[in-house]
Amino acid sequence: MRLVFPNRGLDLRIPNYEDLERLDKEEASDRPKWDNKAQYILTCVGFCIGIGNVWRFPYLCQSHGGGAFLIPYLILLVLEGMPLLLLEFAIGQRLRKGSVGVWRAISPYLTGIGIASMLVSLLVGLYYNTLIAWIMWYLFNSFQDPLPWSQCPLNDNGTEFVPECQQSSTVDYYFYRVSLNSSASIADSGEIHWPMVVCLLAAWTVICICYIRGISTSGKAVYVTAILPYIVLAIFLIRGLTLKGALSGIEFLFTPDVDELVKPTTWLDAGAQVFYAFSIAWGGLISFSSYNPVHNNCMQDAVILTAITGFTSVYAATVTYSIIGFRATEKYDGCISENIMTLLNAFGLPEDNITASNYETELNHLNSSYPDTVLGLDIKTCDMHKLLSEGVEGTGLAFIVFTEAITKMPGSPAWSVLFFIMLLCLGISTLFGNIEGVVVPLKDLNMFPKKWPQEALTGTTCVVAFIISILFAQQSGLYWVTLFDNFAGSVPLLTIGLFELIAVVHIYGIDRFNEDLEFMIGHKPSIFWQISWRFISPLIILVILVFYLVTQAQEELTYLVWDPNSVEFPTLASVPYPSWINAVIFFLAGVPSLAVPVYALYRLIFSCCRKKKCIQKKNEPNL
Amino acid sequence: MFEKIFFLLCLSTALAEQLCRPEASDGYRVRLSIKTALGDEAYVWNDNEMFLFRATLAFAMRNQISGQEFEVSNIIVCDETPRVSFWFVVTSPQNTSQLVDKESVEEAVRKSRNRINSAFLLTDKTLEFIGIPPTLAAPVNPDTPPWLIVFGLVMGAVGAGIIVLLASSVVQKKRKNDEKPDDEEIDEETRVKTVENSAASEGIYNRSFSDDERFTHM
Repeated sequence: MRLVFPNRGLDLRIPNYEDLERLDKEEASDRPKWDNKAQYILTCVGFCIGIGNVWRFPYLCQSHGGGAFLIPYLILLVLEGMPLLLLEFAIGQRLRKGSVGVWRAISPYLTGIGIASMLVSLLVGLYYNTLIAWIMWYLFNSFQDPLPWSQCPLNDNGTEFVPECQQSSTVDYYFYRVSLNSSASIADSGEIHWPMVVCLLAAWTVICICYIRGISTSGKAVYVTAILPYIVLAIFLIRGLTLKGALSGIEFLFTPDVDELVKPTTWLDAGAQVFYAFSIAWGGLISFSSYNPVHNNCMQDAVILTAITGFTSVYAATVTYSIIGFRATEKYDGCISENIMTLLNAFGLPEDNITASNYETELNHLNSSYPDTVLGLDIKTCDMHKLLSEGVEGTGLAFIVFTEAITKMPGSPAWSVLFFIMLLCLGISTLFGNIEGVVVPLKDLNMFPKKWPQEALTGTTCVVAFIISILFAQQSGLYWVTLFDNFAGSVPLLTIGLFELIAVVHIYGIDRFNEDLEFMIGHKPSIFWQISWRFISPLIILVILVFYLVTQAQEELTYLVWDPNSVEFPTLASVPYPSWINAVIFFLAGVPSLAVPVYALYRLIFSCCRKKKCIQKKNEPNL
Repeated sequence: MFEKIFFLLCLSTALAEQLCRPEASDGYRVRLSIKTALGDEAYVWNDNEMFLFRATLAFAMRNQISGQEFEVSNIIVCDETPRVSFWFVVTSPQNTSQLVDKESVEEAVRKSRNRINSAFLLTDKTLEFIGIPPTLAAPVNPDTPPWLIVFGLVMGAVGAGIIVLLASSVVQKKRKNDEKPDDEEIDEETRVKTVENSAASEGIYNRSFSDDERFTHM
């Protein structure tokens, strides 16, 4: 299918091969450059490997059939992720501009793609940095023994713990009440929680300083932020495997359930996860590739990056579930001991009579002899499976499950510091790509005065973003973060990815693209790439997008709240969103997605008007 | 003679039994979890340990109500179970058929809880007085929150970094300004050429013209 739309003036807008060769030889361009290839690879790895690899992928893996989930994940990684990755790398390296510049060079009508990427990067960056602020808060608080989330405050009498803490747990209380001071609904903004403002300030300042001179500073920072997480994961893996119950967690994660492969949701979730894992359509990867030398082998880079992402996802999942298994085993043992104590106390039996090994038989024996008494005791059922599957995704994993597990390890402050430094590095390295995807397009769109140095651009962006993100420091901040996470980082990315594929294959021209790759790396891309770019990847993205929209439209929008007054407390209550949320959702998801057609339309009208004026002016002297 | 002694003994034990009844109004149930607390080093609960308990409790009562000399015989124990839990009541030393009220006993136990616990190498959780909740240890609350200290360190480092960067960029600019007068003469010639040619190019990306000039110039 060689459907290529007419695209006049393309050769005038992009550098031709001679110019590129000359640029490469003389290094005459004023564009920043990577110091070495390792810096580029580490930056891309850091960008792709983010907090989602630690707290989203393991949950998906376990809930969609364990080891069997790896099959759709790896297949879609290769069919959907890798082609898009190579597309972004190659187009950036060839056209040597940021995301707005690249799409504007391909066709001025397509500048909307760049604008949409910038908007998505901005919205995602806002809430992502809030997550980093929370991680920093926990990191700062890890330098004390005992850890503050291992104890409950006392009530006024001093006889009991505060009821909110008593009913839930110390870690829940610390996260929802002490750190965030959550209100009970998104509409109830409450007041600004100042420790959070302080942490947001710290987060934005750190990012600002790391990126202050563009990639010349962030390129040095990635040596730490991209490599440290792997080291920490290794340390946690070794520690985790020596803990009791770790293997049960890993078993739980990888036990394959082949029936899950038949369900479409498994494949959809795998596809969506691959898409977000690669940070495609944020514009950062295009920018990073544009700083490469012209003959850099971007195909090799794409394959390497895919392999690293796949490996890291599995590696992080193993570590995560070893710790989850440990925590679940501890809780299970605690539950059993409690029940044993209750039985011993009620029946006045000596302590050795009931142990963990004969608990079941003794319980049945007592139940048959004295059923009424046993019923009155209200013995809790201890369910290992339930303990392994609770709260293992997202913020719940990092701030509740993991912190609880850490308090049970000897030497907890050290483990806590290590864990949160790892999350911090993972998050900051992703944010570098984010900021790149915001600052460079703003520069290309001439939003800043030309005289300003790079430092001023970064500084202004960070200050403005900090002020906007104070929204997340309110008492309802947690719910806003979840809202942004669900809507700003989902549909817009899929639509932008789809437009990118269509733009390169049909507007830039797949033949021209193949020639470019031949010029850059020495050989044309093989038939695999051709088929994926033209048919497979767009089809996969379209299917995921349609299914996602259909399911979202059918469901009522609800969210989980921390409400001490609700019936289900301490479980989070599921509450419907207020009606004005639809406007916010449209802003978050609709505006970036619609930026592409709207801008194209605006440009069309604008150029039509200009042509009419031109024609009028030309005709006037004749009159 | 012996019959009288025998009769008195029976009477006293009967009276003691009447005073100490489980779930009676002025007593408390005690529960010890020795094996949970001490594991392999657990001691066996026997009459000697019980004697120690009654002596410790008499000590606690003496501390609470000064002036009255409580003896071991004033602490009456009943309803022992293999769990190691029993019921106890305290009689007044002046009138052995009268029980000391609940509140005083609770006060006494609360005050001397630590001493009672350490006599048996147990803790508040493993030596329980059912009905007397232990005063919970207040959570550790340092005066300066440690997180502010770490935050201060991080912001200090970041601030120092910003100052260093700004200073280095200012120094670089100064150096460039010093070098500029030397380069200006060479620059002017090329600039004049490029200005003449850019008028013809009209904004189309076209570097090759200006660079050709440079080559032919040489």
